[in-house]
Amino acid sequence: MPKDHGIGAPSKRREDVRFLTGQGRYTDDINLHGQAHAVFVRSQVAHGRLNGLDTTAAAAMPGVIRVFTGADFAGVGGLPCGWQVTDRHGQPMQEPAHPVLAQGKVRHVGDPIAVVVAETLEQARDAAEAVEVDVEELEPVLDMKAALSDGAPLVHDDLTSNLCYDWGFVEENREAVNAAFEKAHHVTKLELVNQRLVPNAMEPRVAVGDYNTGTGDSTLYTTSQNPHVIRLLMGAFVLGIPEHKLRVVAPDVGGGFGSKIFHYAEEAFCTFAAKALRRPVKWTCTRSESFITDAHGRDHVTRIELALDAEGNFQAIRTETHANMGAYLSTFAPSVPTWLHGTLMAGNYKTPLIYVNVKAVFTNTVPVDAYRGAGRPEATYQLERLIDKAARELGMDPIEIRRRNFITEFPYATPVAVEYDTGDYNATLDKLIEIADLAGFDARLAESKARGRLRGLGINCYIEACGIAPSHLVGQLGARAGLYESATVRVNATGGLVVMTGSHSHGQGHETSFAQVVADMIGIDENMVEIVHGDTANTPMGMGTYGSRSLAVGGSAMVRATEKIIAKAKKIAAHLMEASPEDIELKDGAFTVAGTDRSVAWGDVTLAAYVPHNYPLEELEPGLEETAFYDPNNFTYPAGAYACEVEVDPETGKVTVERFAAADDFGNIVNPMIVDGQVHGGIAQGIGQALLERAVYDEYGQLLSGSYMDYAMPRADDMPFFTVDHSCQTPCTHNPLGVKGCGEAGAIGSPPAVANAVVDALQRAGHASVTHIDMPLTPARVWAAMQG
Amino acid sequence: MTKVTMTVNGKAVCGEVEGRTLLVQFLRERLGLTGTHVGCDTSQCGACVVHVDGRAVKSCTMLALEAEGAEVTTIEGMADADGGLSSLQQAFQDHHGLQCGFCTPGMVMSAAALLAENPRPSEAEIRGYLSGNICRCTGYHNIVKAIMAASGQDVSAIAAE
Repeated sequence: MPKDHGIGAPSKRREDVRFLTGQGRYTDDINLHGQAHAVFVRSQVAHGRLNGLDTTAAAAMPGVIRVFTGADFAGVGGLPCGWQVTDRHGQPMQEPAHPVLAQGKVRHVGDPIAVVVAETLEQARDAAEAVEVDVEELEPVLDMKAALSDGAPLVHDDLTSNLCYDWGFVEENREAVNAAFEKAHHVTKLELVNQRLVPNAMEPRVAVGDYNTGTGDSTLYTTSQNPHVIRLLMGAFVLGIPEHKLRVVAPDVGGGFGSKIFHYAEEAFCTFAAKALRRPVKWTCTRSESFITDAHGRDHVTRIELALDAEGNFQAIRTETHANMGAYLSTFAPSVPTWLHGTLMAGNYKTPLIYVNVKAVFTNTVPVDAYRGAGRPEATYQLERLIDKAARELGMDPIEIRRRNFITEFPYATPVAVEYDTGDYNATLDKLIEIADLAGFDARLAESKARGRLRGLGINCYIEACGIAPSHLVGQLGARAGLYESATVRVNATGGLVVMTGSHSHGQGHETSFAQVVADMIGIDENMVEIVHGDTANTPMGMGTYGSRSLAVGGSAMVRATEKIIAKAKKIAAHLMEASPEDIELKDGAFTVAGTDRSVAWGDVTLAAYVPHNYPLEELEPGLEETAFYDPNNFTYPAGAYACEVEVDPETGKVTVERFAAADDFGNIVNPMIVDGQVHGGIAQGIGQALLERAVYDEYGQLLSGSYMDYAMPRADDMPFFTVDHSCQTPCTHNPLGVKGCGEAGAIGSPPAVANAVVDALQRAGHASVTHIDMPLTPARVWAAMQG
Repeated sequence: MTKVTMTVNGKAVCGEVEGRTLLVQFLRERLGLTGTHVGCDTSQCGACVVHVDGRAVKSCTMLALEAEGAEVTTIEGMADADGGLSSLQQAFQDHHGLQCGFCTPGMVMSAAALLAENPRPSEAEIRGYLSGNICRCTGYHNIVKAIMAASGQDVSAIAAE
């Protein structure tokens, strides 16, 4: 029987009621008294020199309050980058300035040039049309390899080239890896593209700046996954506002998927302008604007090789990746193709030697940063496509070749600098074979064939490193931030609790699952626990939500704070019952003296804490409120096995996903319903990447797929029902909940399953030369592959 | 500016609007009914779906003036008479048919319109009907399941954990 409350129960989400009745409070729902509206004038060319800007006509338009340009931001800092990568020669990456509004040059379509602030949105929009921009177009830098050739135009004139860094990992292994390839029995090679994606959270970004002239305090309401990070970056590096005079609020946020981690120019602008104009300033992104301003994801071009012996044992892996940074370094961009990608190249396998080379390149495109999975989908896709190809070349079963190379003993130190604490890859693969009904595949294949359809089966494994991250480690790797998380647990006199967390929920359901954990620890009803997040004014400094870290890191902080609460409450209970604190037990919301029938209720103790008439005041402070910061000592390593079955229409090349199964090991589970939902959403994004989505630039640097008319978002009729399972559980060994994180797994594990399935379908139909098709596997690409 | 009058969630409302004012702007900005969302500017995402004279309409694609005299229902008008969740809304909660909640009002409004014209839709009919509503969180699995459950169908066999 599943539990009906506490840890492990599929508790219904309390946040749903407000979302289902239209009572959510998203940033665009916030309107402040006296608010003005901002509309950005953006570059319409990919690369150009700004020779002049005439705002005279716009400033004279009805309702216009002021037109801001780059000159207004001359004394203001640029948008900072939060991660400095060191290249293979020990040199720091090239790090260009990133102005709030363009200074001298524009570097991608959408780069902000000026902002009109007016009484109404319509007036601001009309006046923005009247700003005259004199731009001298320059040759755009678009292709990554061309960008690195001699004589290529420079995206940033003050850098020596368009190369951000040339990273080698592990550099010391390079020669040993090359030697292993020279004596290999067999080498499988693959060149592939992990295409650029647009994250497309359904809520477009919004920023509302406010300034209190009486106190000198600034407030920013913004669509962020990490309001404390925005406060720190914007306050300290851009606007020079100390944190105690700056409040950042991220209320209900309509999805993030990474794109709302980063500090964006519009946030700094609205905060700055509100102070300059002494009135609130609001900016709401249109979807068209989102496409050319939200950080994009992926965009890697990779050559990967696998050396094998005659039995199919992996001997070595060697990769070379070009990673697109876009025009500027977004907040965490440099870490994605390096520490979130290179460290995952061992996958689930005991390959002894690995060398990863990544060249990060500036181009005249929208900046690229973390998008659900961030580096780990790229690693998984390369590895799992390559293994499938190797199995085919060696005539081995794709499941057998994986099993042969599985890591089976833990902890396991990979040759790419991480140590897997625990896992059981055979268990998830066995579970997958069961839930995907692989035994029934041949019958389904015959049925498809009878209808004139090709059918294919793709399977793959994945591992990810999440629960980001040990601060001491990421500090050594170039992070300019710590990656702990925080929680304050405030117990009220009548026994209810408020938990203030530094993490942020934008769809993950923390308000429900976090309450389950605390209620379970104390033995009280979940409804006695309220979760507060998203406002720097009433939550402890925290690093926010991304990298599947909220429960593993934020939840651990909450557990630590609750443990402190329980320890203190036991002392109070001991005093009330005239017993020793060591003899006090807490169960089902009551404190008892072990071995006796003496007990006091939770509420008696909390009341005593705040009405300390009978209380050990000489030993214990009144009150019941504790804070904990938790810094993990390792990443967590969720892993699993996925299977996809597709049908391909031989006439058109159209692929349909007929079945999809996922067997994941997330360690312990707090709310299985929410975990299922996280996996479903990740799989859909992975299928979207595999079959539908691609950000396409033309030769002028114009984004052709710049709206939902052109960018193929996955829709309900593109998806089947999914079969997901998380009953294989090897609990994380180093956090108190034994949890691993589930937010990104679906997006990491699913693209290779789909691609493997399509290649399998074509191979079974006799297209022996088709060993790889780049994503998205559109009908045109699949049809072309079938034509040879 | 032109005066427009309509009935929204059973209440008569009126306001002065520009010719270019969209119905969704009128609902959100004039009436403060912020449950209806704007997720795109090309009439694709469906976060703004409301009912106009009983039909599901993308309120970003209709001028406020076009709704003159119409009966409009928004997500704020979907709860039961006693203020509790309707059976459709309850099915979304029971089956975890929402995560971030941003597309949810449009999903509920589209689903309600579907069930009004087809009380027992198949999975394929639901997926087809929702092709104008984009969700980035759920992979649609639990939305489709919730709508099937709300129409009285047994969903216990659908891809359990």
